[in-house]
Amino acid sequence: MSNRLIATSTAAITLSLLLGSSALAATELQWWHAMTGANNEVVDQLAKEFNGSQSEYKVVPVFKGTYPETLNAGIAAYRSKQPPAIIQVFDAGSGVMMRAEGAIVPAADVLQKGGYTFDKSQYLAGIVAYYSKPDGTMLSFPYNSSSPILYYNKDAFTKAGLDAENPPKTWPEVFEAAKKIKASDAAKCGITSTWLTWIQTENFAAWNNVAYGTNENGLGSTDVKLEFNAPLFVEHFQAIADLAKDGTFRYGGRTSEAKQLFMSGECAILTESSGGLGDIVKSGVNYGIGQLPYYEGHGPQNTIPGGASLWVFGGKSDEEYKGVAQFFNFLSQTQIQARLHQVSGYLPVTNAAYEETKKSGFYEKNPARETPILQMMGKAPTENSKGVRLVNLPQVRDIMNEEFEAMLAGSQDAKTALDKSVERGNAAIAEAIGN
Amino acid sequence: MHTVAFPNKILPYLLVAPQIILTVVFFFWPASQAIYQSTLREDPFGLKSGFVGLANFSAVLADPNYLSSLQVTVVFIVLTALVSMGVALLLATTADKVVRGQTLYRTLLIWPYAVAPAVAGMLWLFMFNPAMGTLAYLLRRNGFGWDPLLNGDQAMALIVVAAAWKQISYNFLFFVAGLQAIPKSLIEAASIDGARGTRRFWTIVFPLLAPTTFFLLVVNTVYAFFDTFGIIHAVTGGGPAKATETLVYKVYNDGFVNLNLGSSAAQSVILMIIVIALTAFQFRFVEKRVHYG
Repeated sequence: MSNRLIATSTAAITLSLLLGSSALAATELQWWHAMTGANNEVVDQLAKEFNGSQSEYKVVPVFKGTYPETLNAGIAAYRSKQPPAIIQVFDAGSGVMMRAEGAIVPAADVLQKGGYTFDKSQYLAGIVAYYSKPDGTMLSFPYNSSSPILYYNKDAFTKAGLDAENPPKTWPEVFEAAKKIKASDAAKCGITSTWLTWIQTENFAAWNNVAYGTNENGLGSTDVKLEFNAPLFVEHFQAIADLAKDGTFRYGGRTSEAKQLFMSGECAILTESSGGLGDIVKSGVNYGIGQLPYYEGHGPQNTIPGGASLWVFGGKSDEEYKGVAQFFNFLSQTQIQARLHQVSGYLPVTNAAYEETKKSGFYEKNPARETPILQMMGKAPTENSKGVRLVNLPQVRDIMNEEFEAMLAGSQDAKTALDKSVERGNAAIAEAIGN
Repeated sequence: MHTVAFPNKILPYLLVAPQIILTVVFFFWPASQAIYQSTLREDPFGLKSGFVGLANFSAVLADPNYLSSLQVTVVFIVLTALVSMGVALLLATTADKVVRGQTLYRTLLIWPYAVAPAVAGMLWLFMFNPAMGTLAYLLRRNGFGWDPLLNGDQAMALIVVAAAWKQISYNFLFFVAGLQAIPKSLIEAASIDGARGTRRFWTIVFPLLAPTTFFLLVVNTVYAFFDTFGIIHAVTGGGPAKATETLVYKVYNDGFVNLNLGSSAAQSVILMIIVIALTAFQFRFVEKRVHYG
C-alpha cells in the first residue's frame, strides 16, 4: 500500500468517524421487539413521535422475530455483552427475565434514575402485580397487555337456534352450545381455542380461583410444585377431549393458529386473546364477544394479563437509563395509552387512560372492548389469580402442549395428560432452578 | 514418487492459511465451545455456571425422550432417503427414454433443488395445513381424517414428503448421469438374449448404478439428518407430541426454547460424534466394497 493511499484512507476514516459521531449526538436506545403487521406500525409510530418530541435520545426499534426468538436474541446479546437498552418480552418469558437479576434493571429503578417517581397506583393493579417482585417493585414496563375472551359466530348461533345476543356464560353451557351447533350442522365444528396453555390452564386457574401451582403460582418464590391436575382441570379437559372425538372441538395448534378456524367460519366459538380482535374484524365474520367462560361455584374471579412488557438490560450508562426513563414516561402519557388501547385492542395500562377512554364514549360504541378490562379488574386478585410465573414457563407450556396433543389424538385421557404434565413439568422446574 | 518442494518456505503456509483459518473459525472454535459448554450447567444468561463433568451426557442418554427422538430420526431418514431416491430413479429412467424435450424436462425437475428448506416447508404447509390448506380441505371433504396437528404419523408423512420432494432433483441429476454412463451395448445384448425391460433394469442397469446409488444414499442420509431443520421448523415444529422431533430439532428445542444450554451442548457433541463415525464408516468400509465401473 502506498503512502498516499494510506494517507487518503486515514483521512476518509477520520472524516467518516467525525460525521458519524455528529449524527450520533443523540444517545441511541435500541428497542428490540416482536411486533408484526399493524402492531409493528404502532411501534414505529411511537418511536418516531418520541424522537420528534426531544433531541437528546433516539429510540431505534428493531424487529427480532417471534416472541421466543426475540427473547433468545436478547439473551444471546447479553451473553456477548451487547444487549439492547430495551427488549420486549412475552408473558411466559417474564419468569426467565426475573430470574436474571444481575442482567436487568427494574423498570421502577430506571424511572427513578431519570428523575421520575414510579407511582404504582397510577397503573392497572392486575397488570402491575404481574410484572412486579413479591415486594412490589415493578420490574418491567407493561407495554401490550391482553386478556382472553370468548368470540362467537352470530350467524351460526342463529342457525343453530341459539340466542345470538347472549353468549353462554359457563363452560358447561358453552359445551352444550357447541354440541348443538355441530348437531344442527350450523358449523362444521362447535368450538376451538388458541393458546390452550395460556387460556385453558393459566387463565382458567385464575378465572376459576383454583391453584395452578404452589407459592402463589410462582409469584411468591421460584420453587413451585405444579397443581394443575386438580379435579376441576381434569373435568374441563376431559370435556374438551370428549368433544374432540367427534370433531365438536377442533385443535388448531399451540399458539394462535385456531383463530383461522374461527375466521373461516369452520368453528363457531373461539376463546382467544383480546389482541386478536383486529384480524377477526378484518375477516368479516359476523362475530360477538362474551367474557371468558367459567365454572359455576368457582368463578368468575379475574383473568391474568398476557401480551408482553418492556425490560431494561443492566450494564448501560446513566445517560442511557435517563433516556429509557424518559421514553417510559412518554409511553405512560394518558393520550398515548388511550390511543394504543383504542387502536390496537391491547389494554390501557394506566387508570387515567382507562377513564379517558370511558369518558370519550368509546365503550358505548364498542361495548365488547371493555370486556377484557372488566375481566381483569372486576375483583381484587387472590393468591390463585395474580398470575403464573415459572423460571421456565415456555418449557412447561411445551410439555403441556405435547400431552394435550396426545390427549386430543385419543391416546390418553385428560387425567393422564395432566398428571404427566405435572410430573414432567415439576422435573423441568427442579432442573431449571437447580442450575 | 518424488517430493514437490517450494522454493519459498513461507509461501505454502500462506496458501493454505485461508482454509486453515476458515476451519478453525467455523469448525474447531465452535466445536470446542460446544464441548466446553456440554460440561457446564448454566442459567440462560450465563450469570452462574458450574462444572458438572459428564452429568449432562448421562442425563441426555438416560432420557427416554432422547431415545424416542433417535427413533424418530431413523424413521425420518430412512423414509426420506427411500422416497426421494425411489422417485428420482423412476423419473431418471423415464427421462432417459424421452426423445423430445429432454432438456426441458430435466430443467423443470431440477428447480425444486433451488428452493430453501424453510420455503419448501411453507409450500407444503400451505397445501396441507388443516386450517387453511387447499389439499387438506379436499382430503377432509372426502372423508379422510387429515389432521397432522394431532396425528403424529400424518405429521411425519408430511415432513418426509416435503424433505424428499426437495431432494428429488439432486438425486435425479446423478441418476441421469449414471444411466448415461451405462454402455448401450450391454443393454442391447440383453435385449437380443430376450430380456424384457424390467429384467434388463434389475440385472444390468441397477447393479451398474450401484456406485451412484451408494453415493446418493450417503448424501441423502446426511441431508435428512442435518439439512431438514428448516422444513421441520416450518411445518410441524417437532410436534405433535414430539412425533417429528429429530435429534437436530431437539438440540434447537432444548437449547433455544427450553434454554437448557448444557443439555443442548451435550446433544450437539453426540451429533458431532455421529457425524465423525458416519464419515469414517463411509471412507473405511463402504467405499472399498462398492464396485466403481
